[in-house]
Order: sequence, then structure tokens, then C-alpha cells
Amino acid sequence: MTDDRRAPQQRSEFLEHSVYRRRRLLDAIKLLPFLGAAFFLFPALMMGGGGGSTAIHLVYYFFVWCGLIGLCAVFVRGLDDDSER
Amino acid sequence: MLTFNILVMVALAYVVALFAIAFFADRAARRGRTKWLRSPLTYTLSLSVYCTAWTFYGAVGNAARSGLEYLTIYLGPTLVFLGFWVLLRKLVRIGKAERITSIADLISSRYGKSSALAVLVTCLAVSGTTPYIALQLQSVTLSFAAFVPANPDGGTPDVNSTALWVAIGLAIFTILFGTRNLDTNERHHGVVTAIAVEAVVKLIALIAVGIFVVWGVSGGMGGMLDMIEASPVAAWKPDPGRWVGMTFLSAAAVICLPRMFQVMVVENEDERHLTIASWAFPLYLLAISLFVLPIAVVGLAVLPQGANPDLFVLTVPLALDQDLLAMLAFLGGFSAATSMVIVASIAISTMVSNHIVLPFWLHRQGPRATVSGDVRDVMILSRRISIIAILGLGYAYFRITGGTAALASIGLVSFAGVAQIVPALLGAIYWRGATRKGALAGLITGFLVWGYTLFVPAIGLLPDQIMQSGLFGLTVLRPQGLFGLDGLDPLVHSIFWSIATNTIAFVAVSLITFPSPIERLQGAAFVNVFQRGEAGAGYVRGIADTEDLLVMAQRLLGGHEAQTLFQTIAAEQGKSGYLPDPTPEFVAKLERELAGSVGAATAHAMVRQIDGNAAVSVQDLLAVADESAQMLEYSIQLEEKSKEHEQTARKLRDVNEKLTAISVQKDAFLSQVSHELRTPMTSIRSFSEFLMEGDMAPKDRARYSKIIHDESIRLTRLLDDLLDLSFLESGQVVLNQQSVLLSDVIERALSSAGATQGDMTVNRVEAEEAVVLNTDTDRLGQVFINLISNAQKYCDADAPSLTISVSQRPSQVDIDFIDNGSGIPRDQQSIIFEKFARLSDHSSAGSAGLGLAICKEVMARLGGTIDYLPGQGGTAFRVSLSRKHYADAA
Repeated sequence: MTDDRRAPQQRSEFLEHSVYRRRRLLDAIKLLPFLGAAFFLFPALMMGGGGGSTAIHLVYYFFVWCGLIGLCAVFVRGLDDDSER
Repeated sequence: MLTFNILVMVALAYVVALFAIAFFADRAARRGRTKWLRSPLTYTLSLSVYCTAWTFYGAVGNAARSGLEYLTIYLGPTLVFLGFWVLLRKLVRIGKAERITSIADLISSRYGKSSALAVLVTCLAVSGTTPYIALQLQSVTLSFAAFVPANPDGGTPDVNSTALWVAIGLAIFTILFGTRNLDTNERHHGVVTAIAVEAVVKLIALIAVGIFVVWGVSGGMGGMLDMIEASPVAAWKPDPGRWVGMTFLSAAAVICLPRMFQVMVVENEDERHLTIASWAFPLYLLAISLFVLPIAVVGLAVLPQGANPDLFVLTVPLALDQDLLAMLAFLGGFSAATSMVIVASIAISTMVSNHIVLPFWLHRQGPRATVSGDVRDVMILSRRISIIAILGLGYAYFRITGGTAALASIGLVSFAGVAQIVPALLGAIYWRGATRKGALAGLITGFLVWGYTLFVPAIGLLPDQIMQSGLFGLTVLRPQGLFGLDGLDPLVHSIFWSIATNTIAFVAVSLITFPSPIERLQGAAFVNVFQRGEAGAGYVRGIADTEDLLVMAQRLLGGHEAQTLFQTIAAEQGKSGYLPDPTPEFVAKLERELAGSVGAATAHAMVRQIDGNAAVSVQDLLAVADESAQMLEYSIQLEEKSKEHEQTARKLRDVNEKLTAISVQKDAFLSQVSHELRTPMTSIRSFSEFLMEGDMAPKDRARYSKIIHDESIRLTRLLDDLLDLSFLESGQVVLNQQSVLLSDVIERALSSAGATQGDMTVNRVEAEEAVVLNTDTDRLGQVFINLISNAQKYCDADAPSLTISVSQRPSQVDIDFIDNGSGIPRDQQSIIFEKFARLSDHSSAGSAGLGLAICKEVMARLGGTIDYLPGQGGTAFRVSLSRKHYADAA
């Protein structure tokens, strides 16, 4: 997708703005599953045995789930826009 | 009121609709209309084959028993898809680059194309999938039965025969639409489209039931949340071990389950579809799990104590007199079950036939199988038999254990089984140090521990005594408390021990063993798939006979596909015709193509049979390149750089060879022409001198005049040929366009060449020849006559025969003339079309070697080509006309 190797004579300390944005976007995408895992596993690990309201748990999970899906869709779209440019 | 019979009718109508969808999708795909068939939407929907009847019905049952735990089954895959950039993208890329046909093929291909690993993973997949198929059959049977007690008058249908009929119907569907193509890369459009439609049906069904219970029964969201708090499920407390364990399991399953691998990697058309699926598939999972808990809560509230929670999706609408909704729910569950069985049996049958049946068959046939047996038919037959066998096995399993609680828990047991592939899979794509022996050790260890701690106890085969006090009476070996690890949930206990021992064995054995050269090359190709376009090349050194390779490829890929492939590669090398040079790149590319239909291990073995001792040459190669794979990579880079030079050099060499050959032939021809001109001239001169002397019998005079006449005709013909040729070459020919049926042109050519009454048999298929040509048919006829009379003259078989076959391709029509003689030797194939060419053995025939040269010129004028077609068992010529010069006969 991206060409990480640049010709030696053109080497520069800094990347072009769009390339830089794209790399950070990819970083975000790669971190997304870890964020998701933290959100999904946290309540069960922290409140193990403690219980809590099932209904609130249910709302929590779906809320987090929707958020993650939304974030992913936004990131992926950004990736597409970038490659079109 | 719904009766059982109406239900059967609806189910049948639904099945017919699925057949129709698959049929039309296949047809549209053949006509090249794949825009809809292969959209990101279809891809995402086909991934929902993850949601089987076990999730459709079982999730509600699970929610009724253990609260929110059912969510883990969806959260694991969500995490995997959110992280697609890290793992799935690489899997899909490798799947495409290496033409992977199944998960077993991936593991085997990465670890040195190992047959042992392929067989092991296939066995693991079969043992994990069979109970799962049984589970689907049971769910369909139970859902049918759920409608029976409501209608005591409807008779008591035999539920076991329902399962049998479902299994038979699924076998037919899968064979019809799943084994049409041999090459797995020619994807199953019909199946995938049908699966996508089923995905929509099951989603709508579950959401419809959900909307009904939330807004129809409990009075909206607020009411629903209150109801949840008031119901027994509110007592649920998350068990951290099970929560983490099951999330891990479902994440592993979505990667390793054979059916998921099939739709996600093998059937993937475009890598970008994965980008969309990364959020769209989690969205599907969210939608399908949204109403699971509400349905369970309402089921617990409205249905009597002891009602089976696994059927709440059906029984809640039935109990509340919502027959249509119940029917929709039934179809949803039916969709979930059938789509799983169809895809799973395609995936497993590919594995079984590529990794078990075909190698066994090839072994029995001996080395000649690669060039003589018709492997293609064997492959398709073995896939069909495998499908029947897998469904039969699933049905048998259902009959033996059906109805017991054992079956209900089998979903997670299956997941834990296929999860054993995870360490070897991750090692395969991220760790170059992973070895075949390590993968074998890890898989076997994991498989055994899983079998002992989970699978065998789950199906109830382990006696109580062992369960209580361990194997051989050793308490440390208790299946659910290994090494004193008590108090854990049996599932978590098994996952912990099997994955831990699996990983340790895999890593430890990989560290202490040394990979074989092929393993290291494949390892580099897999791990660095993004760095390099063409991977795995450059390790086959033996000089294979390209014609033998073509013969083998034709048996596997089919005539046209193989010929096109060879032609393309030859063109890339800068050569014309069908026989590329047997370079390492070519052999490696061919092997990958073959792997697309028979799997990497088998393709490698087959090519090696023809190619000679490739294994030894790899050792040599690596010995020279020292142990460093980096050096190998460097040499590959260099190779790429010099490729262009090499290609130019090869072109030059070819041209030079040709020029030398032509110049030799030209000298020979000049003396030939002088000779040919001189002989008739001599006889004409001597006999005309006799005549001038006069004074002879009229009988002699007539005889001498006849000789003079015949000889001058021979001279004229020779001069005509020469003139015709120079005429054609100078481009002064005026073409006389006509519209004539191809069959008429062939018919006329056959009678002009006198083939209709000669002793040569001519085989034709009239139906193939119903093509209307719009070209100069006299000139085309001239080409045909030439080819036919060549066959008459040179075919040296005892019972000579000539086969004329016509095949239409998207852009051209091919007319092949194939005789059963000994063919033209390889070194002479390149010069037969040159105008002074004449094969030395055949100097007896009375031509001057201009026929084929004229044919070539004529075809060039007609906008077509004529080529020698190697690998057909005799002399074969292919005449091709491009599309604009003909039309289909109406």
C-alpha cells in the first residue's frame, strides 16, 4: 500500500503531511482491537463475583460496541479518502 | 393455524428459492456480471456463516441459563475484525499470493508443503466439524418438532427422517453449486450469493422476534430493562475466567473454523472488501445479538417452567399466537443451519480430497499418473464423495448422540478444537523461525489434551472412574483437574491446558529443530508477504520438459486454461507459441496455479515428479547461498533486476537461432528449388528431343507428351506457390468477404483434400461447427486444405485419424486439427512456419515446404493466427479467428 522505502538521495527527516496522517490513522486502526479488548473484558474482570445490574451491563456493552464500530468506520473511511488523493 | 404440512411446504419453497438464487447467480457470474455478486456487502453477509443455528437458537438458551455470557461469542470476532489490519489482511494477502485452498493447505504450505501437517489439520477440522453439523441437523429437527405439539391432529411425523431429508437436500445443493469448478480460486458465486441471502433472512427473523417481544410484549425499552432486572437472569454474575476464555475461543474460531476460512480468505474477491467488513461484520453481529437477552427474558416469563430455552425464538411467538412470526423465526433458524452445513462441507471436502484422497490415489497410480490419468475427474468425484461422506458422518453422529445434552454443548467444544490451530497459524505468518516439526508437535499436543480434557468427556465416552480419579488412577491426570488445577470451569480448564501445552511444544520444538530449505523459503514468503510481490520463486532447478508440464497442467486445469496460462507465460518471456522456457519462475508459478486446485503439497509433489529431484537442488542452492535467508532475498532482488536483461538476451538468442536455422534452410531450399526446377526441365528437354526426332509409334508419342505435360504442371504449381506467397507478403491481396457456416468450409476443405474417401478417419462434432464466419472463406478453406492434406501425407499412425474440434472463447474461435501421428519434434516446432522450412524426414513428399508458410500469411491477412499446439499426442495445429470475423449461428 504505502511505500515505506524512499530513495536515499531524497531522504528527509519529515514526511509529507498526507503520508504522516495516513500513518497515524493506521496506528489508530491497529490499536482499536486493544481498546476494544479493554472495554469488553474490564467489567467482567473488575466486577467478577460482585454482580451488578444485568440491564446496565447490557446497555454498557452495546454502547461500547456501537462506539467501536463507529470509530472503525470513520478510520477506514479516512484511509479510503487518503488513497484517492 | 399452522400445520406441520404447511411448514414443510414453506421450507421446501424456501429451498427451491435458494436453488434458484444460486443458479441465477452462477449464470450471471458466467456471463461476467459480477458487480452485485462480488460487492463488499455480499462479502460481509457471507461472513455471517459464523452465526449458525447454534447461535440463532442457542444464544437465547445460553442467555436464559447464563445471562450475558452469550455476548462473548460475538465479542471475540468483533475484536478480530476491528484489528483486521494486523491479522486478517495478511491472511487474505497470503491466501491470494499462494493460492491457498483451505486452512489445512495454509498450514501445510507454510511448513514446507508438508503432507503430514495437511492430514493432521484436516483430521482436526473433520473431528471439530462433524458434531457441529450434527448440531445443525438437530436444531432443524427440533424446530420442526416444536410445531407438532401445537397441532395434535397433524399426525406425528418422524423427526429423524426430517434430519435425513435435510441432510440429503443439503448434499445435493452443495454438490450442484459447490463442486462445479475445480479451481477453488474460481470461486463459488452461487453458493456465496445464497449464503448472503440466508444471512439477511436470519437477521430479519431474529430482529422481528426481538421487536415483537420488546414493543409487543414488554412495552418498549424501559419496560424491557425493568423486566430484565426482575427476571432470573438478573442473578447472573460474570465469571472472569469463562468471560476471557470464551472471548478468546470465539476470536480464535472466527479465524480457524474451516467454513470461516473458506468465506473470509478463499472466497475473497478483493482485499478492499475486508476494509468494509472490518466494521460492517461487527455491526451485523451487534444486530443479531441485540434482542437475544430480551427474547430469553420474555421466554422465561411467559412460558411454563421446564420449557426448552434453546427453542424460545420459536416457542415464544407460538405461545403468543404469532404464527407468521414463528414461521419467519423457523426460516431464520433453517437458514442459519443450512448455510453453515453447506459452507462447512465445501471447505472440509476440499481438504479431504486435496490432502487425503488425491495423494493416496496418486500414490497408488505411480509416477505415470501425472501425465496419463485424468486427475480432473478424479478430483471432482472425490469432492462429491467427500461431501456425501461428511454429511453422512454428521447425520450418523446426530442419530447416535441426538437429543442428549451432550450435543448442546458441542459448539464450544468444536471451537476449542479448532483453536488448537491458532499457535501454528500465528507462527506461520509472523515468525520465520517456526518449523514443521514444531507445528506438528504443537498441534498433536494440543489435539490430545483437548480430546482428553474436553472432547471425549463432552460426548460422554469417558468412564466415571477416570473422570473422578484420573487416568491409571493418578489424580494429577484427572481430565477436569490436570496437575491439581481444580475449581476451574471445565471449558476454561481445557482451553488453558491445551493452548498452553500446544504453544510450549510448538515454540520449544521450533527452537531446537532446523527447518528444511523449502520451509525457510515458504516462511520468508509468508511472513514477508507485503514486501514482495512474487514469492517463493527460484528454488526449482531441474530442467523439466515443458511439454510434459503442459500435458499435466491440461489434465488438472483443463485444456484451454492450461494453454492460455502457458501462452501468457511464454509471451512474458518474449516467446511466441505455447511452450515457455522451463525457468524456475515459470515452474514456481505453474506450481502455484496447480496449488489452486489440488493444494500446495500435492501440486509440489506432482511437479517434482516431472521435474526430477528438486529437493536436492534446493539443498545445493542454499548451501551456496549460505544459511542466511537474507542472502537469498538479496539474490532474488538481483534476479529481478537482471530479469529484464535476461529476457532481452533470451529474445536475441531466440531470434539468432531462428535466423541461423532460416539461413541454413534457405540455402537448402535454393538447392531444392534448383533441383525441383531442374528435374522436370531435364525430362521436358529430353522427351521433347525424342518428339522432335519424329518417327515413333503414336502410343509412345502420347506417353512422352503426357510426361512433358505432367512435368510442366508440377513446375507451374511450384511457381504458383512462390507467386502466391510473394503476393501475400507484399499485402496486395484483395479479400473476398463472405458469410458462410464454418461447417461448410470444413466440409468443402475435406472433400477438396480427398479426405472423405481416403483411409484416414476424420472425427468432427457438427454442433461445435455451427458458427457463421464473415471472412474470405476461400482463403480460409485453403488453410484448412493444407492442414488436412499435411495430415494425410505425414500422419504415420497405423490407423491414421484426424480430429477437428472447434471451441468458442470470449474473444475468438479456435479450430484445432489434431492427428494421431508422432507429432513434430520440439526443436523443429519453431521453424515449421518459415517459408523455406521442410522437415528433413519427409523429403519424399512432393511439396517444396511452402504450404504452412502460405497458411501463416493467409491467417495474418484474415486477422487471425495459426500455431502449432504442443502436448496433444500428435501433430496439432490451432487456427484462431478473432470475434469480429464471426458470429454465433442463431
